[in-house]
Amino acid sequence: MTERGVRDLLLGTWRGRIGLGVLGLFVLIGVFGSALAPDNPDASSLDILAKPSTDHWLGTSEQGSDVFSQLLVGARVSIVVGFAAAAISTVLGASVGLIGGYFGGWTDRGLDALENWFLVIPTLPLMIVLARLLDPSLGVLIAVIGLTSWAGTGRIVRAQVMTLRERAFVERARALGASDWYIIRTHVLPNTLPLIFANTVLIVAVAILSEAALAFLGLGDPTRISWGTMLENAFSSGAPSAGAWWYVIPPGLCITLLVLSVSILGYLFEEYVNPRLREQHA
Amino acid sequence: MSSRWLAGKVAAALVTFAFVLVFNFFLFRVMGDPTTQLARLPRATPQEIEKLRANYGLDKPITGQFVDYAGDTLRFDLGTSQRTRRSVWTEIKDALPWTLLLVGTGTLLATLIGAWLGVIAATRRGKPADDGLLGFSLFTYAAPEYWIGIILILVFAVWLPVFPAGQQMTPGEDFSSWFAQAADVAEHLVLPASAMTLMLLGQYFLIMRSSMVDVLTEDFITVKRAIGLPWDRVVRQHAVPNALLPLVTLSAIQFGAVVGGAITIETIFSWPGLGELSFDAINDKDFPVLQGTFLIFSAGVIVANLLADCLYFVLDPRVQAT
Repeated sequence: MTERGVRDLLLGTWRGRIGLGVLGLFVLIGVFGSALAPDNPDASSLDILAKPSTDHWLGTSEQGSDVFSQLLVGARVSIVVGFAAAAISTVLGASVGLIGGYFGGWTDRGLDALENWFLVIPTLPLMIVLARLLDPSLGVLIAVIGLTSWAGTGRIVRAQVMTLRERAFVERARALGASDWYIIRTHVLPNTLPLIFANTVLIVAVAILSEAALAFLGLGDPTRISWGTMLENAFSSGAPSAGAWWYVIPPGLCITLLVLSVSILGYLFEEYVNPRLREQHA
Repeated sequence: MSSRWLAGKVAAALVTFAFVLVFNFFLFRVMGDPTTQLARLPRATPQEIEKLRANYGLDKPITGQFVDYAGDTLRFDLGTSQRTRRSVWTEIKDALPWTLLLVGTGTLLATLIGAWLGVIAATRRGKPADDGLLGFSLFTYAAPEYWIGIILILVFAVWLPVFPAGQQMTPGEDFSSWFAQAADVAEHLVLPASAMTLMLLGQYFLIMRSSMVDVLTEDFITVKRAIGLPWDRVVRQHAVPNALLPLVTLSAIQFGAVVGGAITIETIFSWPGLGELSFDAINDKDFPVLQGTFLIFSAGVIVANLLADCLYFVLDPRVQAT
């Protein structure tokens, strides 16, 4: 994956430009959201579930707080959890895939069984059980999502490493007496990295959706506003039956747009890494 | 030949289930020490806690506890709900049919509609219809299913009050006949099943589309066209049956995982299935129920995988030959 190739991919295609633009916007909101917020997002008032007005662009919540301010502040949790959990998941999945695929034998059989195991256990219920047992906080959410979503990455990396292992340049290095660690670092890993990267981007999307779902089920970090907790508060306070669309639609739409932008970038990288896919998607 | 193949699959499923039992036991014993639940009794003396531990068999060595747990589970004794004081197995038995109804309807609709849209897109590759459907599927994949559910409530239960927003039937109603009750349940099923369908549709559509695109480039399709069969007939009679295989297997495999995914949708619509049972257990820290539903969700995935294997065996003659 050359620098030029990546630049062409991101800026030269309309999918790349849209994906990057939307993601960039949300990252900016994530960084500066609390400074941009017109109101204190936690401040309650008597103005409960008020319609959008010039005072409150997106109306107010069941506590009378400003929905627009909550929306700006909430971006941070989604983005932090999404990227941090994806990083953990990638490191785990890539390590397991690299070690299993390269060394083969019983190491591989053991790690493969572990992967199969994580693919069989239903992910959302497992996340729920872990988050409940550990009492939710931002760190726990990141760990729980990261630890439960690496198996797919492991599978993909393992398959790629197994084909690389048989290639001539790896055999030559081995014949010249290179150590396993050296071969992995200089020959196997660099040739797997683009695939790992493309996969990570797609895991970010999964992690963002997982955080939102856990928060919606009441397992979010109780001290922080996120789009998932906004939806939880909206739902449990009866905002949908009150017809308070301004409270219900924006948080979900933000989750959808963020996940959409990340997925578009992920598919783009995946097609770049695996040209066979380009045919199908085009 | 085929019975040996089946026996192997069943044996593998049983081994996986044994692992699930071990995992489920240690997850809740090690990470959630049951004594922390006993600490709910505020003024319990150490002697009382010791007695409670003995009651629950917690004074035995851990292996003995596991043997007890495995034995109880195989006899469908999953403990007692701390919230309702009813047996966990009774709670699960009452909830399971509702989940199967919801997930079954959603899966069936998503498979049928996904197949139909997939054929439309694959036969119009690169045209506006194809682009539109791809965009739509990407959107439904990215949108949280519970958010879609809330929007369905907002539109079809609040703004245009045509369907009930929650529960499985009208409460307190005395139904004149079996048929009237079924009709009432069907009416309540519309919105949750639609949310479920939308959650699965994008993925099923994409699978059908790509499998259809593959089949349409195969030689036998070219031959059928070359001998002068009309295009419609080639698609309907030769391409679609071959392209359906991956979709059907996927929806069977997914069925088990989707049962766990129904948690949020059931919560939104107060649908009295396993998902809502889990949600209540999450909020009340009702660990026996959470442990029981987690076991059932895992078992669901194993059973669904087994069924998908069998389905594959029946549908694809190539598997039988090996």
